[in-house]
Amino acid sequence: MSQDILMPALSPTMEEGTLAKWLVKPGDAVRSGDVIAEIETDKATMEVEAVDEGKVEALLVDAGTEKVKVGTVIARLSGGASFETPAAPAPQDDVKPEPAPKVDHAERDALPPKRHPEEGAPAPVSKDDFPTGAKLTKTSVRDALRDAMAEEMRADPRVFLMGEEVAQYQGAYKVSRGLLEEFGDKRVIDTPITEHGFAGAGVGAAMAGLRPIVEFMTWNFAMQAIDQIINSAAKTRYMSGGQISVPIVFRGPNGAAARVAAQHSQDYASWYAHVPGLKVVVPYDAADAKGLLKSAIRDPNPVVFLEHEMLYGQEFDVPEGEWLVPIGKARVRRTGKDVTITAYSRMVGLALQAAEVLAGEGIEAEVIDLRTLRPLDSATIIDSVKKTHRIVAVEEGWAPMGVGAEIIARVIEGAFDWLDAPPARVSQEDVPMPYAANLEALSLPSVDKIVKAGKAVCYRS
Amino acid sequence: MAGKTAAKKPEGRNSGGDADLLAFYRDMLLIRRFEERAGQLYGMGLIGGFCHLYIGQEAIAVGVEHARAKGDQVITAYRDHGHMLAAGMDPRGVMAELTGRAGGSSRGKGGSMHMFSPETGFYGGHGIVGAQVSLGTGLALANRNMGNGAVTFCYFGDGAANQGQVYESFNMAELWRLPIVFVIENNQYAMGTSIERASAETHLYKRGASFLIPGEEVDGMDVEIVAAAAKKAAAHARSGTGPYILEMKTYRYRGHSMSDPAKYRTREEVDEVRKTRDPIDHLAEHLEKQGVREDALKIIDAEVKAIVAEAVEFAKASPEPDPRELYTDVYGA
Ligand SMILES: Cc1ncc(C[n+]2csc(CCOP(=O)(O)OP(=O)(O)O)c2C)c(N)n1
Ligand SMILES: [Mg+2]
Repeated sequence: MSQDILMPALSPTMEEGTLAKWLVKPGDAVRSGDVIAEIETDKATMEVEAVDEGKVEALLVDAGTEKVKVGTVIARLSGGASFETPAAPAPQDDVKPEPAPKVDHAERDALPPKRHPEEGAPAPVSKDDFPTGAKLTKTSVRDALRDAMAEEMRADPRVFLMGEEVAQYQGAYKVSRGLLEEFGDKRVIDTPITEHGFAGAGVGAAMAGLRPIVEFMTWNFAMQAIDQIINSAAKTRYMSGGQISVPIVFRGPNGAAARVAAQHSQDYASWYAHVPGLKVVVPYDAADAKGLLKSAIRDPNPVVFLEHEMLYGQEFDVPEGEWLVPIGKARVRRTGKDVTITAYSRMVGLALQAAEVLAGEGIEAEVIDLRTLRPLDSATIIDSVKKTHRIVAVEEGWAPMGVGAEIIARVIEGAFDWLDAPPARVSQEDVPMPYAANLEALSLPSVDKIVKAGKAVCYRS
Repeated sequence: MAGKTAAKKPEGRNSGGDADLLAFYRDMLLIRRFEERAGQLYGMGLIGGFCHLYIGQEAIAVGVEHARAKGDQVITAYRDHGHMLAAGMDPRGVMAELTGRAGGSSRGKGGSMHMFSPETGFYGGHGIVGAQVSLGTGLALANRNMGNGAVTFCYFGDGAANQGQVYESFNMAELWRLPIVFVIENNQYAMGTSIERASAETHLYKRGASFLIPGEEVDGMDVEIVAAAAKKAAAHARSGTGPYILEMKTYRYRGHSMSDPAKYRTREEVDEVRKTRDPIDHLAEHLEKQGVREDALKIIDAEVKAIVAEAVEFAKASPEPDPRELYTDVYGA
């Protein structure tokens, strides 16, 4: 009886990888736990372990093969002794010996895709605000963030990075790749798992004149530190009558990640956007991620910089050379006359896809990428609504007391007489994030939900 | 204050008789085989998100369970499959939770990191590093106030040992003489950070010293030693004297989670521990020396494999949760 070994998925988002190296050859006996191969993805090299005993019958994919899809049969094992039940009777009579492992490809194919279904190819970006003649390079959001930090650290010796796994491990999501090597361990600092402590230490260092970048492995863990962010970072300039400034950036991935359940999957945008004294930045593409992070590092105020794990690997054009994006300016990513859609971070991609679908149905949507939530660029939103007379506000977080609620309040304050339909919101359902794949998909905002809302405000069904 | 006097193997070894040792063997093997299959299902895409395997650390959950009386509670972090199986939760419900199905112990809503079972005394399954230490202290506070004689076993890692709330909890626990055993699973790494790179004092059993909590270091790779140490600590906590700290020296064989390439340590380091300190191999050898026939162990192997296979079948066959479940359980009536 033989057993297929499949190309494993080693992370929630992995779809393919390179089979770098075989550590066994046909005829070798393997035990459960033995490392049999090495696989490379864009993030890392991983080991594949055998999960049962057996003899290697055949290696079906050559070492060095790139883009091997998850689920491909890469080797075949013949079943070993451990598959045979000893002759003695099993102590329980209702349990059957394990049948030979069988790989059901149909079952595998029927599985939901590793990405969120609405995560299509990156939407096209209008290049209108790149400097004319600038050379554009395809860059992932991950590398754009790293480049922003590296450039600012080169330019200003006061800038340093601190957080869990940022130095030797190169970042839990590999955003700080290469920084330790270039800047050394006084400026790229691995911290213990002590968010409240190191966030406070960052604020203290900023008070004393340094320019810290504090990375939270994810914003979920910043809840341990939210007191220092709000009570110490946001309020000190005011409380000191302007004597003390706290030029610090708190950054890391925010929002929904894939299948990690309620405590690891949440959008904190509205939490921080509520607080005077903080600036809150929510970039979508790589150019904005880079340009806004550089502005955030130079800003004399505490900046909450909310990235998105599911965007890290996406590539976009970034202009070469010095590139800054001002904090507080939204960007119209698509123009249209029928409905205004506001979005931020990963939701911008969904809104652009929804606009494409709506265009097919004769509705021209204008998509505004908010880019910054505090200060919020109300003027751009209000100007747009005065033209379209309709608004759909999209956010990844919960709707009650949220970003959409604030945007709609501003529209009503600033363009009440121009509205032709009640405003609409698209958001995460009002529940903690569920783990089950089907419930998770139902709970998240989607292209489909945005399209429906767009039609509803146009009184179309 | 107990010093660094590591707990000794109990005289005569098998204080509870051979039956205990065979049960230890079975329970550790169940966790090992369960985790191996969970890793495999993850690779097949049937389990998503984060999945933290307990392989290598089995002796701790199993040995501590031996000291647990009916009504005693267990609480831990996200590396929780082993503790749940040791506490007596149904492997089918645990596996089906990993696959996110209606038959899962949290009905598919919690996943790997968030399972609970008040009837077996298991209080989760927590994803925020250190949070379970305050929560466990609260369980013990309830035990004290209700006078139910129960003890709380509160697990956390070497990385978690640096969180502030751990020390806030230590202080409350000793101040109020709470019946709690803090079990530190020192597997030497917190993700990619070795304990030396994160901790000024690496002897974690000393971390209670300034709160006057006794602590000791324990070989967490030997289930008998773990069981003996846990019994002693539980007796201390149950007597109303206050908390106790056990620092279990252990090792995780796999990456931090499924997506960790574990490049921060050498393969030799992992192989060395597997070869020389594996808790299951170690006990098997001991049993064979004691004259337990290899056949007897083979029968246990087969039994365990069958249980795990059945759990996998159940976890695959169980349907996805009903879409209406999305909105249930947010509030109670
Ligand atoms: C407050 C918080 N910070 C960071 C994380 C991310 N994280 C998850 S596990 C982990 C390492 C914990 O290591 P340790 O306590 O030694 O437990 P082990 O994983 O070794 O069992 C980190 C940093 C988290 N879940 N919660
Ligand atoms: Mg650890």
